[in-house]
Amino acid sequence: MSSGAEGLCIDRVHVWRGDRHVLKGVSLTLAARELLHITGPNGTGKTTLLRVASGLLRPEQGQVAWLGRPIASARAEYHSALAYAPHEPALKGDLTPLENLGFMIGLKRRVQAAELKAHLVRTGVGECADLPVRVLSAGQRRRVAMARVLASRAPLWLLDEPFTNLDRAGSELLSVLLAEHVNAGGMALVVAHHDLSIAATLRRLELA
Amino acid sequence: MSADPNTVGAARAMMLVIRRELCLSFRRPEQLLQPLVFFLIVTTLFPLGLSLQLSLLKEMAPGVLWVAALLSSLLALDSLFKSDADDGTLEQLALSGQSLTVIVIAKTAAHWLLSGAALVLISPVVAVALAIPPPAFPTMLLSLALGTLTLSWLGAIGAGLTVGLKRGNVLLSLIVLPLAMPLLIFGAGATDRAISGTSAAGALYFLGSLCVFTATLAPFAVTAALRITLE
Repeated sequence: MSSGAEGLCIDRVHVWRGDRHVLKGVSLTLAARELLHITGPNGTGKTTLLRVASGLLRPEQGQVAWLGRPIASARAEYHSALAYAPHEPALKGDLTPLENLGFMIGLKRRVQAAELKAHLVRTGVGECADLPVRVLSAGQRRRVAMARVLASRAPLWLLDEPFTNLDRAGSELLSVLLAEHVNAGGMALVVAHHDLSIAATLRRLELA
Repeated sequence: MSADPNTVGAARAMMLVIRRELCLSFRRPEQLLQPLVFFLIVTTLFPLGLSLQLSLLKEMAPGVLWVAALLSSLLALDSLFKSDADDGTLEQLALSGQSLTVIVIAKTAAHWLLSGAALVLISPVVAVALAIPPPAFPTMLLSLALGTLTLSWLGAIGAGLTVGLKRGNVLLSLIVLPLAMPLLIFGAGATDRAISGTSAAGALYFLGSLCVFTATLAPFAVTAALRITLE
């Protein structure tokens, strides 16, 4: 097991939502070349845990550390090492996939349109690159969101139900991309209901 | 931060945000035009309703102009953070590695360009309808420019606080309008003095200082409000 200083370390976090005690002292560590699959019934705080890990939600107790430092003290550095794909694809309907990615990735690093196009082709939506996102299907939007995660070049992926709306080929592609990412030294925290079959180091955390 | 040529500085990030905002709103021109048309219609209703007494109209013109400008700015405010919050883009912006304050400043600047600056540009048309004499135009334009910029900042605070609400529009007005009262007093005052041909410098200086005051403090307030919304 990792010491926590080399990756993500969540230490006994507690989160209340009103009167509900959603996260009751959850701890986890994630090191390079690891994928952590978070499962559990609905309403057990899987998404909340991911939001805590991303730094969007501050836990009432406990802390989240990245490379041994609490994320609150190195927010910008942590966020540039992070790709968060929430449940909704978070794309602008009036912009094309290429414009959406150009803007979001452009905030992280300088990037050429050709590179973004290559990522869109990789995730199977290359031919939709210049259509407004609002005309794309839910599955295609999911693939565009996947391309955004790929293009971010972030070592840490936080994915919330990434298999939703994907067809069989899309699910297989995502499994391959996850395996490539993890085996290349990346790390991923994946919330998913169904079993993952990924050719990489896989651990499971069940929330109850 | 290292001196990596790939890193994106705050200035470049602001430029990206402004470019995106302009691009988004030019794809939905109706959202851009509605507040402006509202401004035109409300201000032309007054000359129609007040019978043809030019002296009365002249006296009421500054107040009418400013109240209409205030209300039409409110119409445009609702969309400032709402659409980004609804589709999850706001979260992505918060996690982009850029300072949220920088993004807020850029978004508000773009919002002013699309609402406030546009309103300033069409205000001479309205001024003619309200029988404001042309020599008063420069002062009127300057006061409106300062006033709408201040309003954009005040409005951004209101929009940040109400972004999580389903129907936050009325609450937004209730938050912003009382804060905008000094603007109305000094803005209409400056225009009034310009019409009567006396110096409006005092009122303009006051508007200027209000503008600087809100522009320096509001970005931090908006950032804090948005962070609370995101939790």
